[in-house]
Amino acid sequence: MFKIVDARFLAENIKKFEIEAPRIAKKRKAGQFVIIRIDEYGERIPLTIADSNVEKGTITIIVQGVGKTTKELNMKEAGDSILDVVGPLGQPSHIENFGTAVSIGGGVGTAIAYPTAVALKEAGNYVITINGARSKDLVILEDEMKSVSDEAYITTDDGSYGFHGFVTQKLQQLIDEGKKLDFVLAIGPIPMMKAVADVTRPYGIKTVVSLNPIMIDGTGMCGGCRVLINGKPKFACVDGPEFDAHAVDFKNLADRNRTYREYEQEALKRFEEHCRLEKQIKEMKEEK
Amino acid sequence: MSKLTPKERLKIPRHPMIEQDPMERSHNFNEVNLGYTAQLAMAEADRCLQCPKPTCVEGCPVHIQIKDFIGLIAEGDFLGAVKKIKEDNALPAICGRVCPQEEQCEESCVVAKRGEPVAIGHLERFVADYERNSGKIEIPEVKKSNGKKVAIVGSGPAGLSCAKDLCAKGYDVTVFEALHELGGVLVYGIPEFRLPKDIVRTEIDGLKKMGVKFQTDTIIGRLYTIDELFEEEGFDAVFLGVGAGLPWFLGIEGENLDGVYSANEFLTRVNLMKAYKFPEYDSPILDLHGKNVAVFGGGNTAMDAVRTALRLGAKNAYIIYRRSEKEMPARVEEVKHAKEEGVQFMLLTNPVRLIGDDEGWLKAVELIKMELGEPDASGRRRPIPIEGSNFTMDMDVAIVAIGNGPNPLIMKTTPEIEVSKRNTIVVDPETMKTSKKGVFAGGDIVTGGATVILAMGAGRKAAAAIDEYIQTGKW
Repeated sequence: MFKIVDARFLAENIKKFEIEAPRIAKKRKAGQFVIIRIDEYGERIPLTIADSNVEKGTITIIVQGVGKTTKELNMKEAGDSILDVVGPLGQPSHIENFGTAVSIGGGVGTAIAYPTAVALKEAGNYVITINGARSKDLVILEDEMKSVSDEAYITTDDGSYGFHGFVTQKLQQLIDEGKKLDFVLAIGPIPMMKAVADVTRPYGIKTVVSLNPIMIDGTGMCGGCRVLINGKPKFACVDGPEFDAHAVDFKNLADRNRTYREYEQEALKRFEEHCRLEKQIKEMKEEK
Repeated sequence: MSKLTPKERLKIPRHPMIEQDPMERSHNFNEVNLGYTAQLAMAEADRCLQCPKPTCVEGCPVHIQIKDFIGLIAEGDFLGAVKKIKEDNALPAICGRVCPQEEQCEESCVVAKRGEPVAIGHLERFVADYERNSGKIEIPEVKKSNGKKVAIVGSGPAGLSCAKDLCAKGYDVTVFEALHELGGVLVYGIPEFRLPKDIVRTEIDGLKKMGVKFQTDTIIGRLYTIDELFEEEGFDAVFLGVGAGLPWFLGIEGENLDGVYSANEFLTRVNLMKAYKFPEYDSPILDLHGKNVAVFGGGNTAMDAVRTALRLGAKNAYIIYRRSEKEMPARVEEVKHAKEEGVQFMLLTNPVRLIGDDEGWLKAVELIKMELGEPDASGRRRPIPIEGSNFTMDMDVAIVAIGNGPNPLIMKTTPEIEVSKRNTIVVDPETMKTSKKGVFAGGDIVTGGATVILAMGAGRKAAAAIDEYIQTGKW
């Protein structure tokens, strides 16, 4: 059992957890992830480690409630426990002094872009961060991103905060302004990562994305997380999760990630119905 | 023992295993083989000639004293029989179920020269089950602690047997497992209908009672490197029994389509994650009701996958194998069971490409007919494609079960451990010593995908060598 020592919402549906896992906290490097299983009936899902505190012996994960498991996780509070936390998994981010490095986080992807931005800064890069969200209330880690950036930008799709538009538009603007970009890291929804790859490709800017395919064991045993890199299958859990964005087959990744969509929707429906009934029972009890 | 003459013994026909009806069992996950009754076991034991030179023992990779344990069964001393087996084999309930007896002990049985061999596997299984059901499982004697610590990496058959022997000798043994459940391939790979998980749990509980410590969710190579196990955690020796956990794919077009699984993923979803109980359990597996499912391969894993597909409702479940039945590596019993349950065998057939629809779902497979040429390095006749014999079949799900390579995780973080061209760990075959001082290895990580009993034998061999190394300090 892994105890949750702190849990708080950063934005609607996006929750930050600090979990007691001293050994993982000590060993993890930027870009690596853990696999968690909430309880005996749970599935195993990968979540990137956003941060760690070696003294406190904790790791931080940031979770967006999308499906049953993530929504169930986001109902957990400080003091609750998670049955299994395994890691650190995957290859650490390849960090060096590239020169000018851009770290782009889209939505909850910022949770992963952040630790890599920290590492890029520590390696001596001039760090530009682009922190994108649909609207102002969904922007996360604004202060954290700012604190490691030489230039920090926020973009919102609806223009309610910062630059009005997508992260790719901001990136294009920087390129058009004549900024020499040496390295781009993009983490977020698949369409966003693909769009970033399309922006940087003509300029030959080295671009890395962190992929999120479906996984089970996370150690290379099941092969479920295979992604096509330059047309060749690679296992995201052991060869990745970060890959050269210009070599990734994003369509195949998106296709494979929707394999169980119907099942996920069914599970979510049942879960929400269950929560609704529980709430009703609780209310009835309180009325009594 | 009843006083039968050898001639009379030879006249007794082999007692078949009692099995669930094929039509019924192909729809459930309960164990297929139901086991002998005490009466059947004693009658089968009477078929043993008690040869002065028991060749069966030579046929067993761990040299179980087969003649002696069968003699005890014939006398009705079932607990005595299981004790005799356990002198050489830590996991009889498991080996009695999954060993390929037909090419080991039973192949060497003298009775087989005149008819069918004594059902050694069924008898082993019977006494192990008898002991478990009697509630009188004997916890082996454990020597006083010698204060030395051994780390076992992997809780599969190699690790468990190594842990047991070392614990009995007085070592402080910790088994590290990457997954959330203990048992390795015994729990994620082999299905419930062939090896009920309760049996694996009982064996592991036995080790816990002896004092073996287990730590799940711990990936060696990541959470602890091998050097950290020695330097920070104070272990005196390390045994690597991490198995062959990296699935091979065919390398053909379309293998990344939706609906294409490795056998490992398919079986792990069902066995470990209990996806057949979705949505009670959260992990899903594609609903196979009314679907066509192809499994590529001819080993035990392929049989496990195809029979699992049937149980998940597949309309047609095919084994597609490039050689003929004779060359199939699967146990004879698994092939027999698969056929009885309605699995369709397409032999001398190989996939050429997997064909998808616009949305990336598998819809068909293109296959080619094969013929057998000269024997290759494996001694089996090499399959050669027959040009122009290509044809396609509609298919909803394909499962690739062509074997596993060694998982490179530990070797990557411990480059001093020498590996072969096939990425298996190189060891001294007598001592299981690797090229790194204090580190031993055994099981599939050394041999490549093999059997439970060979892995167990390797674990025991390593345990003896670890004991010697720690006691003498000589590498």
